[in-house]
Amino acid sequence: MPTLKLAALSLILMAGVAVAATPQSPGLGRPATPTEVQAVDISVPPDGSTLPPGSGSVAQGAAVFEANCQMCHGPAGVGGPNDRLTGGVGTLTSPKPIKTVNSFWPYATTVYDYVRRAMPLVAPQSLSNNDVYAVVAYLLSVDGVAPKDAVLDAKTLPLVKMPNRDGFVSWEARYRPKTAAR
Amino acid sequence: MTASDDDLAAGGGLLHRRTLLRGGVLAGGLGAAFAARAADGIGEGSPETMRVPGAPFSGYGVPAHWRGDIKRSIGAVPDRPGTGASRTPLERLEGTITPAGLHYERHHNGIPDIDPAAHTLIVHGLVKQPLVFSLDALLRYPMHSRAAFVECAGNSGGMIAPQPAQTTAGGLHGLVSCSEWTGVPLSLLLDEAGVDPRATWLLAEGGDAAGMSRSVPLWKCRDDAMIALYQNGEPIRPEQGFPMRLLLPGFQGNMNVKWLRRLKLTVGPTFTKDETSRYTELMPDGKAREFMVEMGVKSVITRPSFGLNMQGPGLYEISGLAWSGAGKIAKVEVSADGGKSWAQAALNGPVQDKALTRFRLPWRWQGAPSLLLSRATDEHGNVQPKRADWLAQYAPGQAYQFNAIAAWQVEAGGGIKHAYA
Ligand code: HEC
Repeated sequence: MPTLKLAALSLILMAGVAVAATPQSPGLGRPATPTEVQAVDISVPPDGSTLPPGSGSVAQGAAVFEANCQMCHGPAGVGGPNDRLTGGVGTLTSPKPIKTVNSFWPYATTVYDYVRRAMPLVAPQSLSNNDVYAVVAYLLSVDGVAPKDAVLDAKTLPLVKMPNRDGFVSWEARYRPKTAAR
Repeated sequence: MTASDDDLAAGGGLLHRRTLLRGGVLAGGLGAAFAARAADGIGEGSPETMRVPGAPFSGYGVPAHWRGDIKRSIGAVPDRPGTGASRTPLERLEGTITPAGLHYERHHNGIPDIDPAAHTLIVHGLVKQPLVFSLDALLRYPMHSRAAFVECAGNSGGMIAPQPAQTTAGGLHGLVSCSEWTGVPLSLLLDEAGVDPRATWLLAEGGDAAGMSRSVPLWKCRDDAMIALYQNGEPIRPEQGFPMRLLLPGFQGNMNVKWLRRLKLTVGPTFTKDETSRYTELMPDGKAREFMVEMGVKSVITRPSFGLNMQGPGLYEISGLAWSGAGKIAKVEVSADGGKSWAQAALNGPVQDKALTRFRLPWRWQGAPSLLLSRATDEHGNVQPKRADWLAQYAPGQAYQFNAIAAWQVEAGGGIKHAYA
């Protein structure tokens, strides 16, 4: 085969590869309505921007916890068959570090997000928004992270300073290829 | 055989329950007519499988019943059947692709039964136009197939125990599996929605009873992420996220969110529970590493290994698996003397990016005690650390992303124990 033809062929092949690398989209996504988005947007980032209306107190939360959580997590979140939730504050540099919500988690918003979406394990998403605020307030109060008379809502919950707020180092950038845009 | 009116047991064509039985007898009778073998027929001495017609076709094949004991080993949290894991029996498998039914499982609150016709994937947050994709819509997109391992960040975590647990390769390291995945490149969907330049992460969320959710750096989503719809050529299994999962080749298994229902573009990470209490690693100074998103370079000898004892001195093949979340495996070295000397194993190609690679090395076992190790290096020069060096990085009790060198002690009698090197 003459060299020219070969070169032309490899050009076509290269073009073919390039097309395969950036395929065309048929564009079949349907616009989502604001109501649709709101219905699924249950995640709560540290700024609390998606927290729902409502509020809950430590006292209400103690009752919610006893009725819905204690059987698995133990009284005040210790000694149950499943994860320990409280205590251990200040143990992270000890030979026996104890990681709990209060000793380890950097953001109170994570507690709200997780309990509302996934707990109680046997009936996730069954608690009211108010009950979730209350049970989070209760859990935090066990170690004095929130005061005993705390009432948490969309404004106050993101302001709670967790004891281990500054205890994390992000490792993500170490994996980012030099060539990758952010 | 056609049923006569005598066979009718009720209206609508229901036949008497013994009708089939009689048919069987009849067929048997017919067979008997052919059963007499010629005295000089070659059937004498032939295996029965050559003298009797085999089983009929089946709609969906299953493994040989002779090997029905090749199963995942299940470790669930007591009384919480939906939280826990099942492990791939690595020591009973060969090659690099894990059968879908043996792919490891890690669920946080059971496997949802999702109606694919009702399921949607919504892309929203920092985008020009929030979009909803049905499965039918996604099935019309250009697709891509690739091999990729998925490994739980907790895999091999048992190796932090002070004494080596006496269990199989799968029992120790079976939270890794490899499939050929087919799906839609995620960048296509992101471009269609139009990502706001302020977005650098997205939140991926599953439609299960844990509402599993993880933050993913946007660079990964634009690199090689896909919405996986097929696994080993068939629609993705329920345990692996039917009807769709996020596939992030080389990233922590947990980030490959199953039963994917939502992607929200965000300025930064959302700090979900599973990137807070789980999948973070405490260091001796009390600080914790978070977003250790990529799985390290790693290898495991699957044969010989615990439970697959030697059968006397002679020639054996050492066979194992190597992988790296950063890319391709460059080399695997094997030692039979506890790390004093190393030989390079053959890589049984193709060696693929972020996929399991099979390595092999012939071994003449003389019958003496031998400590077998393997050590993988990837294309970026990452090398598997020693166990002591791995442990020294972290506070006591930390077990995520364990990728240190593993060892099998072959004893003089041919028995094999799990050991530390
Ligand atoms: C039937 C048992 C059960 C009940 C009831 C239950 N939980 Fe849980 N909880 C679990 C299990 C199991 C996990 C671990 C889930 C996983 O594997 O992701 C968990 C995890 C958690 C965590 C995360 C712990 C960590 O460190 O990762 C929090 C917080 C929590 N539960 C709070 C609650 C609250 C609040 C309630 C009551 C509203 C509750 N749970 C009710 C079983 C239960």
